[in-house]
Amino acid sequence: MTRYARPKTLDEALSLLGEGHWRVVAGATDFYPSLGNRPLTEDILDINGLTGLRGIARTGGHFVIGARTSWTEIQHADLPPAFDALKQAAREVGAIQIQNVASIAGNICNASPAADGVPPLLALDAEVELSARSGVRVLPLREFVLGNRKTALRRDELLTAILIPERAARGNSAFIKLGARRYLVISIAMAATRIVVDADGRMAEASVAVGSCSAVARRLAGLEQALTGQHTAAIAALVAASALDELSPIDDVRGTAAYRLQAVREIVVRALQTAAGDPQRRAAA
Amino acid sequence: MKTERAPISFNVNGAPVALSIAPMRRLSSVLRDDLGLTGTKVGCDAGDCGACTVLLEGDPVCACLVPASALEGCAVRTVEGLGNGSLSALQASFLAHGAAQCGICTPGMLMAATALLECNPRPNEAAVQDAIGGVLCRCTGYHKIIEAVMEAHRYLEGEPPSRFDFRLPASGNAVGASPVRLDGLPKVTGAEKFGADSFPKESLSVLVVRSPHHRAAFSFGDLKAYAANTPGVAAVFTADDIPGVNRFGVIPPFADQPALAEHETRFRGEAVALVACEGWAATQLDLADFPVAWQPLSAALEPEAAQAEQAALLHAGRPGNILVRGFVERGEPDRALEQAACVVTGHCDTAYVEHAYVEPEAGYAFVEHGILTIVACTQAPHMDLEDTAAILGLAPDKVRIVPAATGGGFGSKIDISLQPLIGLVALKTGRPAALAYTRAESMMSTTKRHPAAMTASIAADADGRVVAMVFDGAFNTGAYASFGPTVANRVPVHASGPYLTPNYRATARAIHTNGPVSGAFRGFGVPQATLMQETLFDELAERLGIDRLQLRLRNALRNGNETVTGQRLEAGVGIGACLEALSPPWARALADAEAHNARASGVRRGVGIASCWYGCGNTSLPNPSTIKLGLSRQGKVVLHQGAVDIGQGSNTVIAQIAADALGLPLGDIVLRSADTAITPDAGKTSASRQTYVSGKAAEKAARTLRDNILRFANASPAAQFHLESSVLTVWEGEVRRHIELDRMAEDGDGLVFSAEESYDPPTAPLDAKGQGTPYAVYGYGAQIAELEVDLKLGTVRLLKITAAHDVGKAINPLLAAGQIEGGIAQGIGMALMEEYIPGRTENLHDYLIPTAGDVPPIETILVEVPDPEGPFGAKGLGEHVLIPTAPAILNAIRHATGVSVRKVPATPSRILAALAEAGPA
Repeated sequence: MTRYARPKTLDEALSLLGEGHWRVVAGATDFYPSLGNRPLTEDILDINGLTGLRGIARTGGHFVIGARTSWTEIQHADLPPAFDALKQAAREVGAIQIQNVASIAGNICNASPAADGVPPLLALDAEVELSARSGVRVLPLREFVLGNRKTALRRDELLTAILIPERAARGNSAFIKLGARRYLVISIAMAATRIVVDADGRMAEASVAVGSCSAVARRLAGLEQALTGQHTAAIAALVAASALDELSPIDDVRGTAAYRLQAVREIVVRALQTAAGDPQRRAAA
Repeated sequence: MKTERAPISFNVNGAPVALSIAPMRRLSSVLRDDLGLTGTKVGCDAGDCGACTVLLEGDPVCACLVPASALEGCAVRTVEGLGNGSLSALQASFLAHGAAQCGICTPGMLMAATALLECNPRPNEAAVQDAIGGVLCRCTGYHKIIEAVMEAHRYLEGEPPSRFDFRLPASGNAVGASPVRLDGLPKVTGAEKFGADSFPKESLSVLVVRSPHHRAAFSFGDLKAYAANTPGVAAVFTADDIPGVNRFGVIPPFADQPALAEHETRFRGEAVALVACEGWAATQLDLADFPVAWQPLSAALEPEAAQAEQAALLHAGRPGNILVRGFVERGEPDRALEQAACVVTGHCDTAYVEHAYVEPEAGYAFVEHGILTIVACTQAPHMDLEDTAAILGLAPDKVRIVPAATGGGFGSKIDISLQPLIGLVALKTGRPAALAYTRAESMMSTTKRHPAAMTASIAADADGRVVAMVFDGAFNTGAYASFGPTVANRVPVHASGPYLTPNYRATARAIHTNGPVSGAFRGFGVPQATLMQETLFDELAERLGIDRLQLRLRNALRNGNETVTGQRLEAGVGIGACLEALSPPWARALADAEAHNARASGVRRGVGIASCWYGCGNTSLPNPSTIKLGLSRQGKVVLHQGAVDIGQGSNTVIAQIAADALGLPLGDIVLRSADTAITPDAGKTSASRQTYVSGKAAEKAARTLRDNILRFANASPAAQFHLESSVLTVWEGEVRRHIELDRMAEDGDGLVFSAEESYDPPTAPLDAKGQGTPYAVYGYGAQIAELEVDLKLGTVRLLKITAAHDVGKAINPLLAAGQIEGGIAQGIGMALMEEYIPGRTENLHDYLIPTAGDVPPIETILVEVPDPEGPFGAKGLGEHVLIPTAPAILNAIRHATGVSVRKVPATPSRILAALAEAGPA
């Protein structure tokens, strides 16, 4: 017989995690599709009793997004424009039915290369808070997601919060998802950008993250460096000149690798221009 | 493994519920299996289709993804809770707008839209699209649903029932009216019983063991021990247990498909064994533990591989893996091509397309009084009966098929699927046996649209008159015959399009591979062939410098012309009228595109047009429908309506025809279903034949019934009828005769007057060159697509589709428009996103069908050029509507970009590759 536990406190949950192998379930929107019609064989740790893991707060120099916070809650949260990309991505995670229950931490822990939430979080320099009975550690998100369906989460750990440093919550941001249909679509490629533009129209900071074009969504450090200090009018030229060598797309049913490389360059330009305030770019791909 | 049960208390539709259930049970299962609330549908169990949408604490969620543990203390609302015994404004609006066709997505749509309306009672279109974007519909094309939601507020005023004025048309006015569908009410209340909605509690659950390989030999381990040692398993069955002939097929001479494979499987997903178990055990069995050993064998997935010299034959007696060759030749095509002023040549490839109805195959079987009864979704109950009886070794009168409501079919539910499997279990165990396919099972094991690889040349004279066409198509027919012969024969007859083509040769081959079985799918290969022909027409127009619509109009078939099969069309040819109706929108669209393109560069606008013609009914084969109707002692017109309504509307349309032919109001009619025990065979719901063929049978039967009554009443044909309670009044001028029906003797069907008539379209066989009269009636249509192509991303944004279809006579204009919109949505999918890859896209998130945001505004123009053969002049429509869409879209992409995309779906990847190949513009 499999076990099922629905702890009411974090301590209780962490104790259980310390004792055995549990499958952690929150929104369950990835859990059931991966289970399919096979019988349940894992012990389930249902964290929906942990009310403290829900909601967004601002403490200690961070925006703290509770692990169980749903995409619908993120859409409606009062957050600065640097979070616009995250909010736009929140509207693209499955459909409304999914957004109402799926959690932000689940999207990260599921570690799909096409996780909609990850590029905007990377662009926000997000960190993940990993709690265990032995203590809490904080990892940058880019060090947490290791590969397709692979994370740095230890068996005794629970991802309890996503932390956005206040210093990263600056500027404007944008998110573009490229898919073959309007709703409920897995992206062919996606881009999240965040830029801080100074009074002269120059980019004091630039963050660019791309999803579905590598096993793990990636920040484009080379491009970011090239953009920093440059005028927003040069965005298209700078992206065109950048190697984007962080990306390693594959051919699959949604598109070829060659297509992804070409298209992602364009959506990066558009997402940067949107973040730079080009209203023409508001109606994105 | 089991998980302990836990007490959970929540509230459903206002009533408290307390259950002891496993905490990770899906809410969809709790609602349906524990609480009997089957209005909530299960389409995918993965959050991909939204059919199970319910409101949890007021918010829409997919019930298939909500664990029971999340319900504690919560309020759940389902479709059963919307109306409180009446109808909600939204439900009424759905009925009035024809927003429910098959009805399987309707509960999910209603719930998603209810959540929107409760915070925004007058939403705009974009808000509605956002709200229902997560619920897939395969029938309607979404527009009637969106309109119904936007206008739901109009049904809020006044008190029921006055605010729901669904009066049916008066006597003599049924044909041409758009009453609410006669079977519509249960579709919007959730009461409709689809295949999986009425399983008897004591049923054995049937699980199907399927091949994970494209081709494999297999052997079983100790099945007896498995059955004996696995808790809850009642029995295991294999091909050895099949008492009859383990071969079925929709075309008996080609029957080649085993219900359970013997020794070797020929495609991934083919069934090899059945596990019959107690209901409680079904969710705890892992078929990975079933004792079967697979030995994968080399498989040919493409026709080229299947035709290679060393390729294994899928079926003995089909050399080269060729199932059937179709051939039509007329005149001297080679000479005409050589001598023509202008010749265009091209090729075009298409993909496997999945029907993707939202209802996976489902049904149950039981034996009672020596009769095996199967209640399942289907398009063809009498064919199900014959195949199932043969497989199970039963006399046909020992099998009864009771069609459940069918949640979409589009061709794939003509072939039997689970009928012999559940029948076998019921027969062998003596217990009811139930089975609902999973989405993956449904996608793996049932038929697809044939992938085609086509080449063609079309020649014209300098004035733009087509002088010749040569076409060749290789159609991947998959592992078994199904409707492969039909496709191979239909394509050469139609590949010319509705254009006068004096010299012509078309060949089509249905080639076996180890891919999924290709069968019937809205158009039987004609949509593929039309892609080839209509895209070449655009190249021809360009070469000749002729407007693309004018080229089509110049060559359009007219009354008195002969088709490529030499059939002289005497009357009713409506393609010219369709193209003429499109002339003003065509000019407007071209001007709009030109103006846009003069301003913008990165996004180019394009306009495309394409036509269709399509013969209604079987190709040169008998295709009768029989309709029975009569008057009951209770004073109702009882219509045995055997034309299965899979959403297209035959329950309403056949009744409208019968009402006017009989001379009584539509409201006097009650329907008897297509149950094979009570209703004569009205043929399969396919080939766009029900309105025409069954409609004609209904017209004949109703006229015979009228004659019978007139004779009884000694009245002339001018007499009028009136039914009130159980009295039929026949009057002529001042003379009234009252017939007290309840005093008359009734027959075995409970009828006091009755009539039964058959109709079979007058066709003639095709000769060796494909010359003859394959169809008695053709329907025609043409569509314009307007779109934008993003040159940097290769993405297409559809702006508008304008569709003109000649239906002869629109028996029910609302339903006709619904068919057009739904067919266009499927055409959009075929053009832009749908590609089934066995082993890779066996779900509804990798296999994409259009959502509510993917179907642009559609302007429908119903053209009525009556056909003397059809009932009230009507022609078929169901398949025609899909045919022009994809070629019109490809032509518009070419117009926008100058680039031809030669493989559908034209994904962003393919469009950008085609643009790159063409070089910088």
